Amino acid sequence: MDFALTPEQQSFRDEVRAWLRQNLPKEWIARVVSGPDVPRVEAYDFLRQWQKTLYEAGFIGLTWPKEYGGRGLTFMEELILHEEMALAKAPPVLNILGIGMAGPTIIAYGTEEQKKRYLAKILSCEEIWCQGYSEPNAGSDLASLQCRAVRDGDHFVVNGQKVWTSLAQVADWMMLLARTDPDAPKHKGITYFLLDMHSPGISIRPLRQITGDAEFNEVFFENVGIPAGNVLGGVNNGWQVGITTLMYERLALGFGLQVRLRIALDALVGLAKRTRRNGDFATRDPIMRQKLAQLWIDTEVFKYTGARAITKLLKGEMPGAEASTGKVWWCEMHERLQEVAMELQGPYHQLMAGTERAIDQGLWQYTFLRSRANSIEGGTTEIQKNIIGERVLGLPKG
Amino acid sequence: MDFGFNQEQEMLRATARKFLENECPSAFVRKMMDEPAGVTADFWQKLAEQGWLGLIYPEAYGGAGLGFVDLTVLMEEMGRAVMPGPYFSTVLLGGLALLEAGSESQKKEWLTRISAGSSRVTLAWTEPNGRWDGAGVTLAAREARGGFTLSGTKLFVPDAHTADAIVVVARTGNGPSPEDGVSLFLVPKDARGLEVKLLPTMDQTRKLCEVTLKDVGVGADALVGEKDKGWQPLARVVDRATVALCAEMCGGAQKVLEMTTEYAKIRIAFGKPIGSYQGVKHKAADMLVDVENAKSITYYAAWAVDQQVAEAPLAASMAKAYVSDACRKVAAAGIQLHGGIGFTWEHDLHLYFKRAKGSEFTFGDATYHRERVAQLIHL
Ligand SMILES: Cc1cc2nc3c(=O)[nH]c(=O)nc-3n(C[C@H](O)[C@H](O)[C@H](O)COP(=O)(O)OP(=O)(O)OC[C@H]3O[C@@H](n4cnc5c(N)ncnc54)[C@H](O)[C@@H]3O)c2cc1C
Repeated sequence: MDFALTPEQQSFRDEVRAWLRQNLPKEWIARVVSGPDVPRVEAYDFLRQWQKTLYEAGFIGLTWPKEYGGRGLTFMEELILHEEMALAKAPPVLNILGIGMAGPTIIAYGTEEQKKRYLAKILSCEEIWCQGYSEPNAGSDLASLQCRAVRDGDHFVVNGQKVWTSLAQVADWMMLLARTDPDAPKHKGITYFLLDMHSPGISIRPLRQITGDAEFNEVFFENVGIPAGNVLGGVNNGWQVGITTLMYERLALGFGLQVRLRIALDALVGLAKRTRRNGDFATRDPIMRQKLAQLWIDTEVFKYTGARAITKLLKGEMPGAEASTGKVWWCEMHERLQEVAMELQGPYHQLMAGTERAIDQGLWQYTFLRSRANSIEGGTTEIQKNIIGERVLGLPKG
Repeated sequence: MDFGFNQEQEMLRATARKFLENECPSAFVRKMMDEPAGVTADFWQKLAEQGWLGLIYPEAYGGAGLGFVDLTVLMEEMGRAVMPGPYFSTVLLGGLALLEAGSESQKKEWLTRISAGSSRVTLAWTEPNGRWDGAGVTLAAREARGGFTLSGTKLFVPDAHTADAIVVVARTGNGPSPEDGVSLFLVPKDARGLEVKLLPTMDQTRKLCEVTLKDVGVGADALVGEKDKGWQPLARVVDRATVALCAEMCGGAQKVLEMTTEYAKIRIAFGKPIGSYQGVKHKAADMLVDVENAKSITYYAAWAVDQQVAEAPLAASMAKAYVSDACRKVAAAGIQLHGGIGFTWEHDLHLYFKRAKGSEFTFGDATYHRERVAQLIHL
């Protein structure tokens, strides 16, 4: 056990740190940072530019192969990078689904041609990706999805609908799961497609969320053509490929989650230090101290549970039980963190952006509401607990 | 960065597990629960032969010179077996206090004997006031005739009834902080005026005593470390013992999780294994989250105290706060998911449940340590 960095890792850290100090956008530093906020719609243009800057400096896709725009480094450098990002309170990455899911899946299943075509543009944010999995009648039970793709010569024709599709309104590409064999058992008749979102026949309807923003969308397909060369990992093999994506999602998002959580926690502590309750500082209230200390501990716990999983990856082993618990734990904790942010504000918690009375320009109100999705998106907590119970603990299926 | 155990540590784990399965099955634990000593001479000697009694002491004192991360592995296995006896009080309290603050001759004499299994030393710290802070130390030590006279009562002292000597935490003075003026003394068991009473405890695998000192006279050479400056070494001892305790708690919780999932696979209700019901499955998943997280923060704290990094006290408190809550929940869920059988004396679950409860409060519970975390992060 050793938490020390090698001299090479140290110099990498210094390089990242120095670069961030120089290049963090001024307008971002001036802004109040209050949470692991996902990219908000009004910031899309800014964040696209930020990711491009990161890419040009070589600070994105660290673990991806060099020939496809990555740097061929290890998870260790990835971890260092993310820690520095958290310290610097750097903006989030916009093409998160491309980097966290589409890219790794293409690296795992793609043909040489596909890797050359897509990967670098994911990193540079030249092409934004969205994830077309969920449908009105297929969420947790994803394998019952009904969106159809029918082979017609050298291409497929897609009809059907997706829903809750984040970023679809700006996406250039979609990871699309569609049914190609309706007669096969439900897990066996699905294919994973790389769909050009600019194809004719696609219509997108933004859905307004609990926050008031419209981050996710309904996507309708009417005779949308996809070249057969855009199948990833083989026809009717989409379930296998899609599951891989979800595994990467959990791992890769884990890094990001840790950064955003740390930033949120620091912001919360800052908020507590300048908040007065009942005539005294909130940080003098023994109950508030307990809650804040617990969140601090829980954030550290999340970090070290992640570190155990990464250690196994670095040694070439598969992460064990410790890797499966992260998502469940993170949502519970982050949702609690946001609740504490509301509690600290007392009656002020009602005030949204638009009044000078609002605390931190009303940003917490957004992050609080947004956090309710954490235990739903990317697989609900109930589904995660089924997976832990069955795959990790070996309990029988219901 | 390497946040895993090395090959030697994995080997230590395997050896320890095998040894404890053979030498410390629950039948043995139960026998020791009824035995006032809480351990047999034979078992203690075997621990010495395994090299466990001197594991963390330098080779110069008969120890193996290993570190706290190695110890963590061992403690997890001991927790898994609910190992009874004065291992913790001797190796991690009395012995560690001598190692931390003792003179060369005190260390040479006592640590060598502890390592060999021929002496046991405990630590008498807490008092009837039940406090874990400096202000809790009120037992008076007055300077007299070139030595000291100690008077007062120590409570919740582990294994004092079988110890050959006791490191007593006493007040020799008062300063601006309650942590000033605290001193440590090594008092032999046969000192005049020293009385030890074994107390009935909920967790019978851990023996606690009341220790009364009535004008106990000791020489100046009984002082362990510097006069009035005993709190700092004591705090370092307690931080490390706390982390070791956390490791022991993790081992117990891991075992409860395993017992529970095994049971959930075979116990049939309404025609199906109970583990197929989500009310059971999700609770088991929650247990896993608690156990894995408890291990993560404990391993980190073990590394931090081993390397004596500046963050070590914070790491120890983070670990104790998290692990105290987690193990309480896991032990309780274990009983719940076993139903009636889990409530019996015959089933081993109550051994784990009671050990978890006792450990939860030892060296301060989660509430105490969260407040300490709050202070250390400058809230
Ligand atoms: C903000 C946000 C962004 C999203 N972005 C995307 C995206 O970009 N792309 C995409 O494809 N999807 C996206 N989703 C969709 C998300 O993956 C689904 O909402 C999620 O998988 C749950 O599916 P559902 O909404 O159909 O709920 P349902 O599956 O209908 O679940 C309803 C409730 O029933 C519970 N439940 C269901 N089955 C079980 C079971 N077997 N055992 C116990 N409980 C069960 C669930 O846990 C939940 O509490 C997003 C969702 C949100 C909230």
